[in-house]
Amino acid sequence: MSFELPKLPYQKSALEPYISEKTIEFHYGKHHQAYVNNLNNLTKGSPFENSDLEEIIKKADGGIFNNGAQVWNHTFYFGQFSKDGCKEPMDQLKEAIESSFGSFDKFVEEFSKAAATLFGSGWAWLVRNDDGSLAIVQTGNAGNPLRDGQKPLLTCDVWEHAYYLDKQNARPKYIEDFWKIVDWKVISKRFSEI
Amino acid sequence: MAFELPKLGYDYTALEPHIDARTMEIHHTKHHAGYTNNLNNAIVSTALEGKSIEEILKGTSGHSTAVRNNGGGYYNHDLYWKVIAPGGSPKPEGVLQDALNEYFGSLENFREAFVQAAVTRFGSGWAWLVLQDKKLVVSSTPNQDNPLMDVAEVQGVPLLGIDVWEHAYYLKYQNRRPDYVNAFWNLINWDEVARRFKG
Ligand SMILES: [Fe+2]
Ligand SMILES: [Fe+2]
Repeated sequence: MSFELPKLPYQKSALEPYISEKTIEFHYGKHHQAYVNNLNNLTKGSPFENSDLEEIIKKADGGIFNNGAQVWNHTFYFGQFSKDGCKEPMDQLKEAIESSFGSFDKFVEEFSKAAATLFGSGWAWLVRNDDGSLAIVQTGNAGNPLRDGQKPLLTCDVWEHAYYLDKQNARPKYIEDFWKIVDWKVISKRFSEI
Repeated sequence: MAFELPKLGYDYTALEPHIDARTMEIHHTKHHAGYTNNLNNAIVSTALEGKSIEEILKGTSGHSTAVRNNGGGYYNHDLYWKVIAPGGSPKPEGVLQDALNEYFGSLENFREAFVQAAVTRFGSGWAWLVLQDKKLVVSSTPNQDNPLMDVAEVQGVPLLGIDVWEHAYYLKYQNRRPDYVNAFWNLINWDEVARRFKG
């Protein structure tokens, strides 16, 4: 099957000043697009020619895994932002976060730490385990929690390309601004639809 | 004695237009300085305090992740600043030239192998020219690992290294890593590479 770059659900400038238009132009227009192109080239004529992204994430290795997971990760990442979104988790997600982390503030603190301390390129995630509990995990490079049977709810891209034009080495500042654009309505919906 | 952030042998503007001054300044004063400080914090009052960086890196498998990451970051950047220079230097000569020809066929073939390793390293990391048992090989490592570490896939003495973390090129080249790698080629200080080869 042929993969396509999903439409960005907002204007490239919509997350200013927290994420600049220029960053989105490169991150979505170049990086995300390149992962899509690479994946199409790599899967053509391979055993994964007819696989969907989830199957690729669970079973593939090497370049097919890297590019397939990066397509999925970036779609998930770009799909969770709005400046006018909901600032806190709703309904059952709110309860689940409080029961797993003590409070929403505690969760934000722990997630921020995971995002700040992932060494090199990678991602921080809020995931739901099989038993219904929530957890924060880090993955290196293209890693995706689906590979380990966990269900992703929220993610923060901490590859340097996600923030270097705006914040340079100040990753913690990027993470601080990340919280100002996460739309908890989207995350709560993801949780209710698992 | 604590490790110190090494001074550069040239100004931040000196590698323009291949590497811009802003990138140089942040790379040196923020990233390299960060690794240096974190390395010192990781070894203070431990058995590693006072050891040479090479000695520390050789025993990486027995050290903490903080020592691995920051010890590598400290060493790798020090090498990086030294193996490049304003305007580069004339092409390799003498025994280094002979060795490059012997193991890669030609300087151009070596360039291709080195560029390929640098461009295809997925995520953050480094590409290297390594002296391994008197042979020359090209390799790459993830994050701040390097060929001196006992955890490296390809072990030996690094003669030349290119930083392909995005912070090394993003302000000027953004997603175009190959352009940065080709620009780096113009800056290689072959005298320094030869010095390390004769080591
Ligand atoms: Fe990204
Ligand atoms: Fe670096």
